[in-house]
Amino acid sequence: MEENRVGIEAVQYIVVKIGSEQYGIDIKYVDNIVRMQKITRVPKVQHYFKGVINLRGEIIPVMSLRLKMNQPDDQFTNATRIIIIKMEAQAAIGVIVDEVKEVVTLEEDEIEKVFYDAKDENAGFINGIGKHQGELISLLDLNAIIGEKENV
Amino acid sequence: MDTSQYLEIFIDETKEHLQNLNEQLLVLEKEPDNADTINEIFRAAHSLKGMAGTMGYKRMQRLTHDTENVFSEIRNGKMKVSANLIDTLFQSLDALEEYLENIQQTADEGTDDHEPIIKQLNEILASGTGEASKAAPAPTSTPTEEKKKESTPENGKFSRKYKSMKLEEHEITAINEAYKKNMKVFGMTVYVQETCILKAARAFLVFKALEEIGEIIVSEPKVQDIEDERFEFDFSLYLITEADEGKVEKVVKSVSEIEEVVLEKIEKMETAPEEKVEEKVEPQEPQQTQAAAQAAPQAAPTKQTAPAKQAAKPVVNRTVRVDIEKLDALMNQVSELIIAKNSLVSLSSADSANVSMQGFHEQIEYLERITTNLHESVMKVRMVPIESVVSRFPRMIRDISKKLDKKMELYMTGEDTELDRTVIDEIGDPLMHLLRNSADHGLESNEARVQRGKPETGSIFLNAYQEGNNVIIEVGDDGNGIDVENVKNKGIERGIITAEQAETMSDKDIIGLLFLPSFSMAKKVSDLSGRGVGLDVVKSKIESLGGDVEVKTKLGEGTTFVIRLPLTLAIIQALMVELGGEKYAISLGNIQTIEEVAVSDIKYVQAKEVIHIRGMVIPIIRLDQVLDIGPREEEPGNLTVVIIKKGDKLAGLVVDNLIGQQEIVIKSLGKYINNTKIISGATILGDGEVALILDANVLI
Repeated sequence: MEENRVGIEAVQYIVVKIGSEQYGIDIKYVDNIVRMQKITRVPKVQHYFKGVINLRGEIIPVMSLRLKMNQPDDQFTNATRIIIIKMEAQAAIGVIVDEVKEVVTLEEDEIEKVFYDAKDENAGFINGIGKHQGELISLLDLNAIIGEKENV
Repeated sequence: MDTSQYLEIFIDETKEHLQNLNEQLLVLEKEPDNADTINEIFRAAHSLKGMAGTMGYKRMQRLTHDTENVFSEIRNGKMKVSANLIDTLFQSLDALEEYLENIQQTADEGTDDHEPIIKQLNEILASGTGEASKAAPAPTSTPTEEKKKESTPENGKFSRKYKSMKLEEHEITAINEAYKKNMKVFGMTVYVQETCILKAARAFLVFKALEEIGEIIVSEPKVQDIEDERFEFDFSLYLITEADEGKVEKVVKSVSEIEEVVLEKIEKMETAPEEKVEEKVEPQEPQQTQAAAQAAPQAAPTKQTAPAKQAAKPVVNRTVRVDIEKLDALMNQVSELIIAKNSLVSLSSADSANVSMQGFHEQIEYLERITTNLHESVMKVRMVPIESVVSRFPRMIRDISKKLDKKMELYMTGEDTELDRTVIDEIGDPLMHLLRNSADHGLESNEARVQRGKPETGSIFLNAYQEGNNVIIEVGDDGNGIDVENVKNKGIERGIITAEQAETMSDKDIIGLLFLPSFSMAKKVSDLSGRGVGLDVVKSKIESLGGDVEVKTKLGEGTTFVIRLPLTLAIIQALMVELGGEKYAISLGNIQTIEEVAVSDIKYVQAKEVIHIRGMVIPIIRLDQVLDIGPREEEPGNLTVVIIKKGDKLAGLVVDNLIGQQEIVIKSLGKYINNTKIISGATILGDGEVALILDANVLI
């Protein structure tokens, strides 16, 4: 999980809340943020997939970050949002977060790298820790979260 | 002339003509005296030549020209059709197809001259008509003939052949440029000793020596041919150099085993261009491209490098030829759509008190009718008869038959069955593979067939027909069929299944093993099939098209592969059903009937639920269990069962409620979700809700 952000000076992150922790999502992959809506369950898929939604005529799979990171299942509230992430054209995916807080700009020196710890199975989803105004933001490694396929 | 705008038409028509030629040749092979066929062939070949000429594809034109010559002689009754002739003609058709492919990819015909074929054609022409084919232009063979002729006159032994070389415009420019720079240009013909063994090497040394003192503009034969030793004992070239005549001669003669070099200083080439214009039919321009293409830079005679023409994208877009009537129908429907829209607009803008609900509903119904028709028309526009794919198969089977020395005949029916263009494009390879399989493994050898009391000539058949919303393509043979025991043993041997598993597997399951990757039944790997990359590829390809493959086989009687393909890809008529509050769509094409079944009528066979309706025993599938939906609180007395059908198999799906029939647009679930195959996609309902589409073919 070495970072490839070397050479890029500042990156903007969308800060979201899942449970008590704050996570940062690189803004360049974020296509859209939508309110919670009816999710159609798809049987027999990976457990962390909640189903699919209709986003302006497009079918988009929605995954639960909580389930993916082995946390308790989502409690949908008024603040719950689905962040639509587009890593590549024609392949959007939604992730459910408890709350969207703000957009922050992190300089390179505000990001602390984390190293992969084989003992902690959730560590692989984070590729850095950002420090912003005294708060810590876990920076999500979207490739690890979305790219990896896991069989049910 | 800029011909690029005609490129698409050219490619389309050339394809048609080539296909036509292929078919007619097959007929001709069987009925060598069929005058109609010969005339037809001649006409097609002639149009081909004309078109290639117009588009400026010289090599193609030349090849067709020679082919046409042969046909012309046959037509005039001067030549008889022989097996050898047919083979050569097929080869030239293949060569033409190769050109066409190049043109399609790069808008350029490529650089292959297909000399051997041209030579063969001319030989056939010469031997068949009993006279020398002087008319036919065949550059590589010309030097040979010339040499024979010239070797008789005394002084002709070291003739100045370079004089007869045809120069391209840019080569002449290069020569004239050289004069401007005060350089000299020599034309020369170098003779290698006839005892020389490595003449290509000698020639190479000559080239190398000359390139040290100057630049070789052009050579005859071409560098590639010289390297491949495709020349007699002489070659000619033009050299630009600062050195004088004596020096050049010395340089050439310094290479051993060079018998003689005749050279001459060439004066300016003013008159040359006019002469060249007429001679342009003779393709000499490969010089530059060929030199650039080959990996022998030391001999590259020109400094010009061909531009990288290898564009990744074909220059021509995929097109569908549409009957003008279909387009007219489409146009009509669009105008109706506009009318319907206008009526709705006027309804909504009318005084709200006067808006009658009834008028509104009428318009909605009208709109519905139009969109259905529109959909149908657009689908029809996209439909292409399967003929465009299968028409090349008789030729292929013929070639395989020759290659394997096995007598076989291909019977095709239903070529006019129509399929969506996207399916047509993809289905060719799997079908070809299955046919090859049948020809290679399916059919026994002729001797074995006779022994088994079957007709010596094996039959392969390809039947296409429509069944509901599906198109069925059957590919089969009357060969030996699949030996289930054999497959079973092989499966155990390969470790795919265990012996215990094998015991409990049904024949059908065992045959299913054939579709696993790297499971090849062929005892020996042949050119045609048997590398174990085959049936699994066929299966995955067909599944990616939304279809499936089934095998029917009977030992000793043959094997049939049944391919089922959806008629359309994007929009289907579906039955919407409800299950535990969730909505699912089932393609109408798969549905046989809908039955109301009392729970008490459910029987058990091998601990599985079945129902007995009108003499048929149909297994019941509890969809709520398959789809992980919690069971209903209380089981009602009657179950709604949707009977689905796949081939001759039936199954009953238990659903909670029927919602109704609807036209749905199929959308993919995206690549991130691990698809279970039961769900073939999703669709968006009128209220924006998402419903999943059940693939009945997987459920059965």
